[in-house]
Amino acid sequence: MSTIRGILAYGVHVPYRRLDRAEIATVMGASDGRGHRSVASFDEDTTTMGVEAARRALACLSDGAPTAGALWFSTVAPAYLDKTNATVMHAALRLDASVPALDFGGAQRSAVGALRAALSGSDRTLVVASDVRIGLPTGPEDVGGGDAAAAVLTGSSDDGPLLAEYLGGATATAEFTDRWRTPGSDHSRTWEDRFGEHAYLPLVRQAWADALAATGLTAADITLAVATGLHGRATKKAAAGLGVAVADDRSATIGNAGAAQPALLLADVLDSAEAGAVVALVVLADGCEVLLFRATDALATGRPTRSVAAQVEDRADVAYTRYLAWRGLLEVQPPNRPQPNRPSSSAALRRTDWKHGFVGATDRTTGIIHLPPSRVGIAGGEVDDMDPTPMADATGTIATFTVDRLVYSQSPPVVFAVVDFDGGGRMPIELTDVDPADVAIGDRVEMTFRRLFTADELHNYFWKARPARG
Amino acid sequence: MASHGIRDRVAIVGMGCTPFREHWDCSLDDLLIDAHCLALDSAGMVKDDVDAYWYGTSQSSASGISLATPLRLDNRPVTRVENYCATGSEALRQACYAVASGAYDVAVAIGGEKVKDGGYQGLNALPIPTDGTNRTLTAAAMFSLMLPAYAERYSVDEDRLRYVVAKIAEKNHFNGARNELAQFRREISAEAICEMAAMAGRLSVFDCAGVADGAAAAIVVSAERATDYTDAPLYVKALSLVAGDGSGLVDPAFDFTTLPECAAAATDAYAQAGITDPRTELAMAEVHDCFTPTELVLMEDLSFSERGEGWSDVLDGRFALDGDLPVNTDGGLKSFGHPVGASGLRMHYEAWLQLRGEAPAERSVTTLDTRSRALVHNLGGYPGEMVSFVGIWGTEKD
Repeated sequence: MSTIRGILAYGVHVPYRRLDRAEIATVMGASDGRGHRSVASFDEDTTTMGVEAARRALACLSDGAPTAGALWFSTVAPAYLDKTNATVMHAALRLDASVPALDFGGAQRSAVGALRAALSGSDRTLVVASDVRIGLPTGPEDVGGGDAAAAVLTGSSDDGPLLAEYLGGATATAEFTDRWRTPGSDHSRTWEDRFGEHAYLPLVRQAWADALAATGLTAADITLAVATGLHGRATKKAAAGLGVAVADDRSATIGNAGAAQPALLLADVLDSAEAGAVVALVVLADGCEVLLFRATDALATGRPTRSVAAQVEDRADVAYTRYLAWRGLLEVQPPNRPQPNRPSSSAALRRTDWKHGFVGATDRTTGIIHLPPSRVGIAGGEVDDMDPTPMADATGTIATFTVDRLVYSQSPPVVFAVVDFDGGGRMPIELTDVDPADVAIGDRVEMTFRRLFTADELHNYFWKARPARG
Repeated sequence: MASHGIRDRVAIVGMGCTPFREHWDCSLDDLLIDAHCLALDSAGMVKDDVDAYWYGTSQSSASGISLATPLRLDNRPVTRVENYCATGSEALRQACYAVASGAYDVAVAIGGEKVKDGGYQGLNALPIPTDGTNRTLTAAAMFSLMLPAYAERYSVDEDRLRYVVAKIAEKNHFNGARNELAQFRREISAEAICEMAAMAGRLSVFDCAGVADGAAAAIVVSAERATDYTDAPLYVKALSLVAGDGSGLVDPAFDFTTLPECAAAATDAYAQAGITDPRTELAMAEVHDCFTPTELVLMEDLSFSERGEGWSDVLDGRFALDGDLPVNTDGGLKSFGHPVGASGLRMHYEAWLQLRGEAPAERSVTTLDTRSRALVHNLGGYPGEMVSFVGIWGTEKD
């Protein structure tokens, strides 16, 4: 392979809410916990978080740069089985129909495996990994898990400036049941801790040695290693044995975000890596994957505007009990109002540009932006004389707002605002990632892709507004 | 746009209205039969005298058959009418045009709603399939959007404005306490309402229309024949309807301090009726107080108050029973309750009683010495996408 391949762009989504681990201890009477874990909002799932990460990655590209040629999505907690989840993301990213969208599902290793396959391939493949980590209350996923998504656009130097070159890597595989979960179960089970160390460490040694040999590097050449995986102790021990500086695993501020964790931590390192830094990604997941990268000059100006660190700081706590209700671990009495109807599949397909892409329409005669798009404009003009107008990246101002404590919601109350967008367009829309007391006329908002509700097991995806984070 | 009106061409000669309650013991059929009988009795008519029916119901039944069957109508035309919460007035409007056209001599407009069989709290929308992007917000929340907007535009302190709209509810409960047919018949103070938990924006449950079952009916004949049935017919002066184009939700120019469809319907109605100063020419008005901010804004949209001054006029008691222009003398949607299909007709029923001097003494208006006309306003939908009816009626032919 003569062309250099690597990372053209990357992006991360760390959800806004945090669970203070000390509160788990207070509520459950268990031993003390420290730090926070990130928590996906009630209106987020692995698909919506994947969309947000992917949007941030694609936003790194300069105007006119070619976008993704393929979309691969990996999660342990897919919103759908049997039906592809990546196609929802494909629609939200407004990718061309000729771009394939595929799920690589089921296990945490799938995500890093997909990344390796994309880096070794020949296309501009956007690899998105996302996870919502749930377990039994006070268990290791509950306390130590994290929710997040990370997207990496892979490609060759012909496609544009690489932010990091992929130098190569190695993999080691073995079958052992250290951690397992059957479909439909709400938590993973594990064998005793010491067994995992025993099973993983030889695989790490093998993969590490093979990766160095394949790339002609030594441990001394490696600036920083990211070590993550399914087995906390084995990962720590493996990391210590590499003879290399190891990056913060964000366990105190995010938790272990499962399938998303490898790319998330890689992004975290790239957010501040110097040109020329060699970064090793070591993932312990049913074997060991080692990927080696070198940061380039382009990284300084090409990295995403919203770093992992910035998103870690942008947060507000959610009460443990509310978190449990959001994840369905605590069933709460709903209001005596009808639950929402399932969205119509035929109507949703007809309106996919609006529903998934937030594409409005501008009247060619009056210049008025119409949200939703319509065939007949307000204030005159011809019928069917509008230009599609993508509005997902627009920012706007709150003209008026309210808090609805009556309407059915998975997490009442509903905060609702009339948003007037910069440059035109108005949308009355639900707000999210905000506390009702903090909303005021004049507040600035941006759009975010969310799951409004699920009815008849059909997920209703659309957009909401959230306070603009800058 | 041509809207000629049919001033003085038809008249209401009989009306009936059931109590509005949570009628656990009555079906929709029961309520329709009762309202129909009350209206016929009021006009001294029998069922066979009626030529045609316009039946308004928003969600309780479909097709004219659902009226013809319980009433056992003999091969009569029955049109089921719907226009959100303006359904009742819409049914009356159609009945009026039918008689004015000469096609029928006697038409009945009847509206009814059975909201209490669904089992859910509040008024809930019919489940029509959508692409999932539609709003699910309650009506209370949509109308509550107007309060911060009004406060912002007219620099009224938000707590003060909240008190102003509570005064509107206080007034309507005062009036409803004097009305045996109303759902809620106890006075309540604005201060007590302000203490209540906010359910939608600043609005409490007591800022919202009552949810009740009920029915009401009107009998319409040509003006020439009106006195065959009653000494005091109510002659039509104006009928207007505006169905909004939804632009308020699309166009940033709409600031949520007004209901333009209502203002436009009022303008058309005043032109049809030849009214130039509603504040001095109307004896009373029934307006659509689905929520307290709605009535506030309507005072300005119907030109009862200057823009930005509705709130101070409310505080001055201008629209109270003993005020310059009594509004919602029967308690309004707030205290009478809101069986959707019946409400527009229930409003006309109060105009019918008041203008004919038949309202109970404890809530009779004192404006009849110099004025003989009443305005009925009935809306449906939400701020930004609304349908509005305005009708004007009078006891004197012009």
